[in-house]
Amino acid sequence: MTRRPSIAVAVAALATLSGCGIGGDEAGGPRTVNWYAFNEPGGAYEQSIADCNEQADGRYRIEYVRLPTDANQQRELVVRRLAAEDDTVDLLNMDVPWTAEFAEAGWIVPWTGERRRTAERGRLEGPLESVTYQGRIWAIPYTSNTQLLWYRKDRVPKPGAGFTWDEMIDRAVSNGTQIEVQARQYEGFTVWINALIAGAGGQLVDARGEDVVDDTARTAAEIVGKLARSSAAPPGMSTNAEDEARLGFESGRSDYQVNYSFIYPSAAEVSEDFQRNIGWARYPRSVEDRESRPPLGGFNLGVGAFSSKKDLAFAAAECLASEDNQLVAAEKGGLAPSSEAVYDRPALKKAFPFADLLRESIDQAGPRPVTPAYTDISQAIQKTFHPPADVDPDTIVDQLRERIDKAAEGGIF
Amino acid sequence: MEAASVPEAQIAPQAPRKTGGATDRAKSERRLAYMLCAPAVIAMLLVTGYPIGYAFYLSLQKFDLRFPDEKEFVGFQNYVDVLTSSTWWSDVGTTLIITVASVAIELVLGMAIALVMHRAIFGRGAVRASVLIPYGIVTVVAAFAWRYAFDPTSGFVQQLPLISDTWAPFNERGSSLLVIILTEVWKTTPFMALLLLAGLALVPGELHEAAKVDGANAVQRFYRITLPLMRPAILVALLFRTLDAFRVFDTVFIQTAGANGTETVSILGYNVLINRVNLGLGSAVSILIFIAVILIAAFFVKVLGTSTAQQRGEA
Repeated sequence: MTRRPSIAVAVAALATLSGCGIGGDEAGGPRTVNWYAFNEPGGAYEQSIADCNEQADGRYRIEYVRLPTDANQQRELVVRRLAAEDDTVDLLNMDVPWTAEFAEAGWIVPWTGERRRTAERGRLEGPLESVTYQGRIWAIPYTSNTQLLWYRKDRVPKPGAGFTWDEMIDRAVSNGTQIEVQARQYEGFTVWINALIAGAGGQLVDARGEDVVDDTARTAAEIVGKLARSSAAPPGMSTNAEDEARLGFESGRSDYQVNYSFIYPSAAEVSEDFQRNIGWARYPRSVEDRESRPPLGGFNLGVGAFSSKKDLAFAAAECLASEDNQLVAAEKGGLAPSSEAVYDRPALKKAFPFADLLRESIDQAGPRPVTPAYTDISQAIQKTFHPPADVDPDTIVDQLRERIDKAAEGGIF
Repeated sequence: MEAASVPEAQIAPQAPRKTGGATDRAKSERRLAYMLCAPAVIAMLLVTGYPIGYAFYLSLQKFDLRFPDEKEFVGFQNYVDVLTSSTWWSDVGTTLIITVASVAIELVLGMAIALVMHRAIFGRGAVRASVLIPYGIVTVVAAFAWRYAFDPTSGFVQQLPLISDTWAPFNERGSSLLVIILTEVWKTTPFMALLLLAGLALVPGELHEAAKVDGANAVQRFYRITLPLMRPAILVALLFRTLDAFRVFDTVFIQTAGANGTETVSILGYNVLINRVNLGLGSAVSILIFIAVILIAAFFVKVLGTSTAQQRGEA
């Protein structure tokens, strides 16, 4: 009997406490814009948020909701909130291939009228394509990214304009060195396969989301298989992602590496000499007579469809994706800009000595398939090409077609 | 109600012979028993019954969170999809390889460790505590530790004699499965050992002494006395571990994420349900895993049931 009141008090106290907690966390205030974005390690996002909040002068206040750095985990977390129609998701930092999926599901709202013009103005072709779905603009391009071919200036000659994967593999084999790629069964592997297929003039799915796999997939399989079965394949190739590739290159075992630009500042930490010996060139060609189509990465900003503060979210997105803040993201976060004009700024040339090549590669990049079933299709591609050493060019086209079709219709593959 | 009062009277023959009163008491006691059990039963229904029922309901629908408009009732179509796909069956195969291999090794090692712990004369507490350390480590952490140990660039395994410097175990199916199984064995052998230790404690010492007097050696005593008497404990340990091992997820997810032919049924379920947010198909996979687990449990309970019955009959 004596215990009863104390239990009641405890329950009441708990209810009050949790009530406070929820109120404090989620409501924030009528002018708070929650920005769901990965935990950017360089401090670029924090600085841009502070700058935008100051400029807004009380009109809105951006609150940084930190997500994991892994792209799959970011997607998992926001997808669950959006599927549950969470009205606190105001602004999303979206990886480039998410656009079609989020638009089709009705999780983000299109940019129309004057806003659409702001989102489009001065952007490079690649990033702009990545926010377009069925003729509408679904996000504002923020940062961009692409892969370059990095090579050891002290060991191999500068790759010429028509440098192909074949040539590169042959040269590494004869030098007794290796080539660093991303071939773990994950999104980065899709990035590689897609770039190889696009470089051969092909496509995985068309604008309607139907598979259009053709012999270019065979070309991709030949390159992947040739490298994986050659002595130029680094140890653990089928488990290497971006960072393992960087580490392998830094260990000195490789003459070549395809990777994003973050490896360049990292090289300075090995030694200044090592960084001086790193050269850069355009992504290698899949076939001799066709320009390469480098991969396209980056982030777009989308406004959540269930948000009660969409106007504020649009304004915040425009501020975050402004040219000045793209420069902040480049200088502090190593993220390439999506606006052409930023590439001409001296500060950017200082941060990226390879800025011109970066702009050209982004502009001519081969985007990943634009389809609402992207996640399914990407997994199907990874499964079909993995493990890289077992890939069979003779059967790959049929296998890939079958798996992509199954993935697109929501089956098991 | 009368039927209930009869055994009551039989059990307590010395109780006052007021049958009517005893029935009232039995009734009220039973009511009290129901009321005392009710919270637990309701909680169980809420936290296990409801989700299982809801998963089954979802599994009968075409339901993808990304295409909410296409939601429709499709009966058992999702089950047909899963059961006719080669992916499901190859994943079942992989899962069974991991399950059988890891549980078998754990049983042998666990038995050896249990015997050591049972015999330890001094430092018994210290021995038991140190054996339990791997089991106290979070599975994800253990999985990472083993992954890094075998990593070709940062691992130490490649530095050991007789092992190639460039050996990359996660590059191939066989060696990937080997590392996964080793991790599982390292992690859960202590659990097996603990369960077996409990079984060992039940074997009466007099039987061993009697056998010794009759001239049985240590090996004979182990096979003729210890093992038969421990059989229920062994079967319980096997049951627990098999059910656990069949649902293996963490180790595989961290070490290979299902690459190179190491995809288990739980990884498949995760990919469909969490990554592809295909609730219909994913729930069908979950329900199938649940059914597989029930089958395993039923198999063990049957074996376990007959063996204990046999024992009781013999005794």
